[in-house]
Amino acid sequence: MAQATVETVERVARLARLSLTAEEKALFASQLDQILAYAQSIQGLALEAATPMSHAATSEIFREDQNTPGLDRSSVLEAAPDAVDGLFRVPKVLG
Amino acid sequence: MSPLHWLTAAEIRRRVAAREISAEEVTRAHLARINGCEPRVDAFLTVLSDRALAQARRVDAALAQGGPAPALAGVPVVVKDVLDLAGVPTTCGSRILEGYRPPFTATAIDRLEAAGAVILGKANMDEFAMGSSTENSAFKPTRNPWDGDRVPGGSSGGSAAAVAAGMAPLALGSDTGGSIRQPAALCGVVGLKPSYGRISRYGLVAFASSLDQIGPLSRSVEDAALSASVLCGWDPKDATSAQRPVPAWADSLGASAAGLRVGVPWGFLDRGIDPGVLARFREALEVLKAAGAQVVEIALPHASHAIATYYIVATAEASSNLARYDGVRYGSRRGGEGSLSQMYGETRDHGFGAEVKRRIILGTFVLSAGYYDAYYLRAQKVRGLIRADFESAFEACDLVATPTTPTPAFRLGEKTSDPLQMYLADIFTVPANLAAIPGLSVPCGLVDGLPVGLQLLGRAFDEATLFRAGHAYEQAADHHLARPPGFA
Repeated sequence: MAQATVETVERVARLARLSLTAEEKALFASQLDQILAYAQSIQGLALEAATPMSHAATSEIFREDQNTPGLDRSSVLEAAPDAVDGLFRVPKVLG
Repeated sequence: MSPLHWLTAAEIRRRVAAREISAEEVTRAHLARINGCEPRVDAFLTVLSDRALAQARRVDAALAQGGPAPALAGVPVVVKDVLDLAGVPTTCGSRILEGYRPPFTATAIDRLEAAGAVILGKANMDEFAMGSSTENSAFKPTRNPWDGDRVPGGSSGGSAAAVAAGMAPLALGSDTGGSIRQPAALCGVVGLKPSYGRISRYGLVAFASSLDQIGPLSRSVEDAALSASVLCGWDPKDATSAQRPVPAWADSLGASAAGLRVGVPWGFLDRGIDPGVLARFREALEVLKAAGAQVVEIALPHASHAIATYYIVATAEASSNLARYDGVRYGSRRGGEGSLSQMYGETRDHGFGAEVKRRIILGTFVLSAGYYDAYYLRAQKVRGLIRADFESAFEACDLVATPTTPTPAFRLGEKTSDPLQMYLADIFTVPANLAAIPGLSVPCGLVDGLPVGLQLLGRAFDEATLFRAGHAYEQAADHHLARPPGFA
């Protein structure tokens, strides 16, 4: 099973949009390795017949699809780090 | 006569309803208590004095006009800072939410206020509820009122410490793997994690959505029952909230423990428990027996895999839930002058603390291509087996008893450099979250002057049996009346 290296952490951090320092990468690699080694205990279990428990709710509850008012736009935008003309403003995406 | 700050919620409500004292007097007494004790405890991130007094006066005014006294009339409550209250900062113990004031209020808080409760402030916590000591708060550690060099447990450590120190009779916490029950045990108070779906999570900042539950911390089982009846119930704003009847649990606490079958999973308790904790646990079983309960041995064959399972499932869900902190919609932003992906990376690197980053890394890893089947899918299967273990156990017993924690409160700094050791502090509490069943921690005495807890686990939606057994135990043992020395 996987041994976590600094390269593993770099790959995963890219996926998770985390910039990490060199020290963080080294620390997390060794800790991830230790935690995954502990989690090896579940690798030995016979699970072919087991059903994954993908949610915890005991019943599905359906409701009518009705229009209801959402949050007031200006109160939501007030919480944003940068907003303009009723929109969230972000750094340039292209070019 | 007890000073106001040691009254239970039930007693405060009774006296306020009888107009013997006003909600304002009760609120002022607790604000003064916070003033006096907070420097030694650091339980709060925000104290809402003016807002609390205004709400107390509203409660008094309604009673003065002859209105009926609601269930929590004049009862002061502290809420963990993972719950939103409109216009008041929600930090979640994190720098990344700096400056955030939500435009809405959590249903749990709405229900408390509608029942006449008075919100005193917001309690310290491990960042994003990730931790077992409250040391992961970006702002400050909270100290255990029983020993200021020790942790209060976590992640609802501020809530537990506030109740233990007499700064509030009641608090709200959230419990994803033990975050209500573990600090309750380590601070010597009562803590309830209700069944999954019992309490609406609208306005609760999400950590791991298939595990998170809100619940009360208090100084008596009666107060836990009283507040649970206010908090529980279906909410159209939370698709996972259950449409189940909510009894007035506090009204039926008189029943004894006679005839209850208490299952003990001895095979799961065979390692890593402090001998003092085990001694208190055995004494608690004797008290339950003397109260007429029958103690039987049960097996939970997969419970030894609960920590491994939990830290895969919970971190996977967290890595997804925490993707929303991207510097766009709320909180703080860094690196806005660069590209969008630079901004994401810098905002998240600066805003999140070490434990949160560690869990995002682990959760992203177990969901990533090549590892999903070996980790996440397997963990979901083991989770199903753990739930099935409980279902079989509940054929032979009405509730399951374990110690809440393997040790009493540890020292500040003792486990911060070893995440795995910190995770193992949750060994007895995580199975209930995985199985979606309710759990109650009740004080069961001291080990070297530090409180520990008895954990009772019940069938899904059978909080009634937990309250009945917990109350019978508490009344027979009286450990819930112990107060931290130095907090008269």
